[in-house]
Amino acid sequence: MFYREAGQFKTSYVADQQIFPIAQDRIGMLLILVLAFLVVPAVFSEYWIKAILIPFLIFSLAALGLNILTGYAGQLSLGSAAFMAVGAFASYNFMLRIDGLPILVAFVFGGLSAAAIGIAFGLPSLRIKGFYLAVATLAAQFFIVWALTKFGWFSNYSSSGVITAQEIQIFGFRFLSPESKYLLVLTIVALLALAAKNMVRSSVGRAWMAVRDMDVAAEVIGIRIMHTKLLAFAVSSFYCGVAGALYAYAYIGTVEPEGFNLDLSFKILFMIIIGGVGSIVGAFLGAAFIVLLPIALDVMVQEWLHGILPPSISSNLQLIVFGGLIIFFLIVEPHGLARLWQIAKEKLRLWPFPH
Amino acid sequence: MMKMSKTLTHTLIAAGLLGSVAADALAQANEQFIGLPSYRVGAYAAGGSGIYGGWIDYMSLVNERDGGINGVKLTWEECETEYNNARGVECYERMKKKGSTGNTVFQPLSTGITYSVLDKVAADKIPMVTIGYGRTDAADGRVFPWVFPMITTYWSQATTMVKYIGSKEGGPDKLKGKKIAYLYHDSAFGKEGIAVLEKQAQKYGFTFVPLAVAHPGNEQQSQWLKIRQEKPDWVILWGWGVMNPTALKAAAKTGFPREKMVGVWWSGAEEDTIPAGDAAKGYTAAGFNVAGQNFPVVKAIQDKVYKANKGNMEDKSRVGSIYYNRGVVHGIITVEAIRTAQAKFGKKPLSGEEMRWGLEHLNIDAKRLKELGAEGFMPDMKITCSDHEGSGKVKYQQWDGRQWKSASDWIDADSEMVRPMIEESAAKYAKEKNITPRDCSKEG
Amino acid sequence: MQFFLEVLIGGLLSGVMYSFVALGFVLIYKASGVFNFAQGAMVFAAALTFVGILEHGVPFWLAFVLAFGVMVLLGALTERIVLRPLVNQPPITLFMATIGLTYVIEGLAQGVWGASVRGLELGIQDEPIEWLMDAANIGVSKFDLFGSGVAALLVALLALFFQHTRIGRALRAVADDHQAALSIGIPLQNIWRIVWAVAGFVALVAGLIWGARNGVSFSLTFTALKALPVLILGGFTSIPGAIVGGLIIGSTEKLAEVYLGEYVGGGIDSWFPYVMALAFLLIRPEGLFGEKHIDRV
Repeated sequence: MFYREAGQFKTSYVADQQIFPIAQDRIGMLLILVLAFLVVPAVFSEYWIKAILIPFLIFSLAALGLNILTGYAGQLSLGSAAFMAVGAFASYNFMLRIDGLPILVAFVFGGLSAAAIGIAFGLPSLRIKGFYLAVATLAAQFFIVWALTKFGWFSNYSSSGVITAQEIQIFGFRFLSPESKYLLVLTIVALLALAAKNMVRSSVGRAWMAVRDMDVAAEVIGIRIMHTKLLAFAVSSFYCGVAGALYAYAYIGTVEPEGFNLDLSFKILFMIIIGGVGSIVGAFLGAAFIVLLPIALDVMVQEWLHGILPPSISSNLQLIVFGGLIIFFLIVEPHGLARLWQIAKEKLRLWPFPH
Repeated sequence: MMKMSKTLTHTLIAAGLLGSVAADALAQANEQFIGLPSYRVGAYAAGGSGIYGGWIDYMSLVNERDGGINGVKLTWEECETEYNNARGVECYERMKKKGSTGNTVFQPLSTGITYSVLDKVAADKIPMVTIGYGRTDAADGRVFPWVFPMITTYWSQATTMVKYIGSKEGGPDKLKGKKIAYLYHDSAFGKEGIAVLEKQAQKYGFTFVPLAVAHPGNEQQSQWLKIRQEKPDWVILWGWGVMNPTALKAAAKTGFPREKMVGVWWSGAEEDTIPAGDAAKGYTAAGFNVAGQNFPVVKAIQDKVYKANKGNMEDKSRVGSIYYNRGVVHGIITVEAIRTAQAKFGKKPLSGEEMRWGLEHLNIDAKRLKELGAEGFMPDMKITCSDHEGSGKVKYQQWDGRQWKSASDWIDADSEMVRPMIEESAAKYAKEKNITPRDCSKEG
Repeated sequence: MQFFLEVLIGGLLSGVMYSFVALGFVLIYKASGVFNFAQGAMVFAAALTFVGILEHGVPFWLAFVLAFGVMVLLGALTERIVLRPLVNQPPITLFMATIGLTYVIEGLAQGVWGASVRGLELGIQDEPIEWLMDAANIGVSKFDLFGSGVAALLVALLALFFQHTRIGRALRAVADDHQAALSIGIPLQNIWRIVWAVAGFVALVAGLIWGARNGVSFSLTFTALKALPVLILGGFTSIPGAIVGGLIIGSTEKLAEVYLGEYVGGGIDSWFPYVMALAFLLIRPEGLFGEKHIDRV
């Protein structure tokens, strides 16, 4: 009743092409932003901001990056965590070695470094497809983590091979409190999400989707395959790189290369599969699901099953339920949570008179 | 939201059962909460279940036998980290405010999680204790007031290894011209030993051959072929998990004598030798605790906790194993630190700051160890403001095919070499992070 | 030269160990197009079940049969609960479902049998063959040779099964074309169940061999990571490819670590097989024995 486009007439192409053509969507988005920027930092406890919301946003950004590559351009990658590592270590080194470099520039440089590495490891995609490519991206995953561990230069010859992120300072303001870090991360993620949304709506995005759906056909209609695929790798790795830098600077603080392992790559892949392949909102939904589910399970197990089940059983039970729920979601909605959201919107449009 | 729903349930319960809630609050006022960021699934489960099991059993013992510490009962709650850094941070934040005085002490048993919360513990004023892992240079308490890498560090251990090998060769001067290979897990953990051992090689005149093994280390043929080629006199095994039995098996395969292999303390549990079968016989490994059930403290746990069916281990045969006893050591240190702090601040639940004082003034001497029934179980130790390591002693044990047998006395670390390295590294960190080290002469 | 030979032989023999795990992947991929990431977890679960049953004093052969039974059950349940509802989904969804399955299997195995690490003795010592050691100073492990023998036997059995039985022929038909196979009345679901059972059998054998080599612990799941480069090198759909790929990966990995490793600080066998397989794919994008397919618009 309230959610319908009836009566909203477009009189120009510009109006027709805006991101949210329906007024209610615009209002909804605005509400979400107001909530996220103003209400959340004021209302939510430190625990929620530090331990759940910040990682949720950072992983959303990484998932967004992977979704561009896998969801839009159709190139399966299992190396996202390694590109995050590149972003984190590159930002650290730029900050360390260039005096007075603004932190945001360091994040961008970190992202660009990841993009350069991403292009290098994206080259095989010109010949290799599908699971062969996925396994080949594992080469990036293992090689990068190995190189970061092996060559002391990357960690400024720290005896333990870890880097400690410098303090975040922008125009003299020190980002120390969790709320300020949250707002910084939120701003960066919101801007990059907007950029991603526009990219996939433009000719670049259409070229990616054409390559995803059938690369030979795309080539026939004049899309430059190499250019398109490598651009997807570069953009995706840039997003992952910035996410990695934020992970180090705004979330964990001191990071080791082994933290960016294959498990994390799988988690990010899960986020886009559960959230919805080829969907911007899906990346956020998926990240929320994968970040929250294990924590929720653990809280439930500790609260309800404490003392009832032996601890090793209850811990393994969490793992089983986590895996089981993933399978369940894949079966119930193979197109991800984003699809459920879409269905809900369709239903809303007709409500309360579906016929 | 979670917070809200919980308050809601509490209110509901309060409305219904006023009386019992009052009792509950009273009880809570006299409880010391300890958050346990444990892990019981995945590749690390064998270590996690043993260590946290032993630790919980010791706390149960203190509650059952003594009625807590001076009447203050210990309570605890587990939080599954899966050895994952992000999950560890979440557990840290979740448990931070629990209990009447918040989390007393954080001990994640994972170097990665240690790094992840390093800055946070100082800000939140919760001490972090990392026994036998974590950041080595945190032993400099002037730069790291909130971190306690207790008993001994990787660097101290590496020097005791050289001492032990020297004693087996017939004296430290006999090390000259010998060749020692260092087979290490190719990670931050594995690389910890390299710098110290290189210095030791210079000091004693032996050749040092580092050999990296890629994670997880379930295939080591190339490394052992190299060992066959290099023919070292000794091999130091600095491994983790499956890397250890694989190394022992591969040593047997290449005919390298296991008696000439010395392992780090994460390579020296039953979990590392049993899978290797006969190939492990004669292998020696370091430890800051010993295996066995013949200690009064372990016996007391069996009597008071397991007889009452309150034990934490499902597999009771693991009581007395290396990992289990290591957990008991964690328990002893936690409880003794609380006791020390109570002596100053009174017999009540302690805050993180008070607990930090207790840890910094912890003194478990030989007499106290005997009272605890842990004589020979762990080394005596004394923490000071500048020295957060406290002991540095390591003991070597040899696997006889069925169990670990003592192979040496407690060996002191070469602190003349290690301490300046720790201070140098800590100073570098302090400079990077703009920390002014504390002046320990002014600390009470 | 003697040392080179020793490295080469050692590498070839460990390559066979990788092939064991790769075989399981190939079987399932061939028959159902599912890239079954849970194969590593299956190796772990099979070995752990076997050792767990053995601990109760059950004789070796009976434990083997029981563990195989458990794997068959697991395969049938997977087919019924996971794969059947996901029929016709894109391959990546199926792939992710098998990662979910990995968590379930790992949790079940550790929950039922506990987290402790166990040893496993098959009665063959992992020692060098003495006469070869004396004669040419080349160390070749008895156990690795035994493993290769088992691998040869296993491949021969699989070949017989695929070539000369009714079920085998049906399997090959399904592998060629699902719909065509369905249309001539081959019961697809039965075939999948059988394939998962066979893959379970391969996982059990691989688990026993690897378990006897390194102990039965959670790290058996990591064997999957060793098998993946073998898989892309040999092709996802070829059983001989899995063996040949294993031999190539095993030997080059060892040669590279021994002769090149020292120039970059060693420990390169985590990524070297992947980079090598990658370089190989640039020349042959479908792997050594993979099916070549031609894209048509």
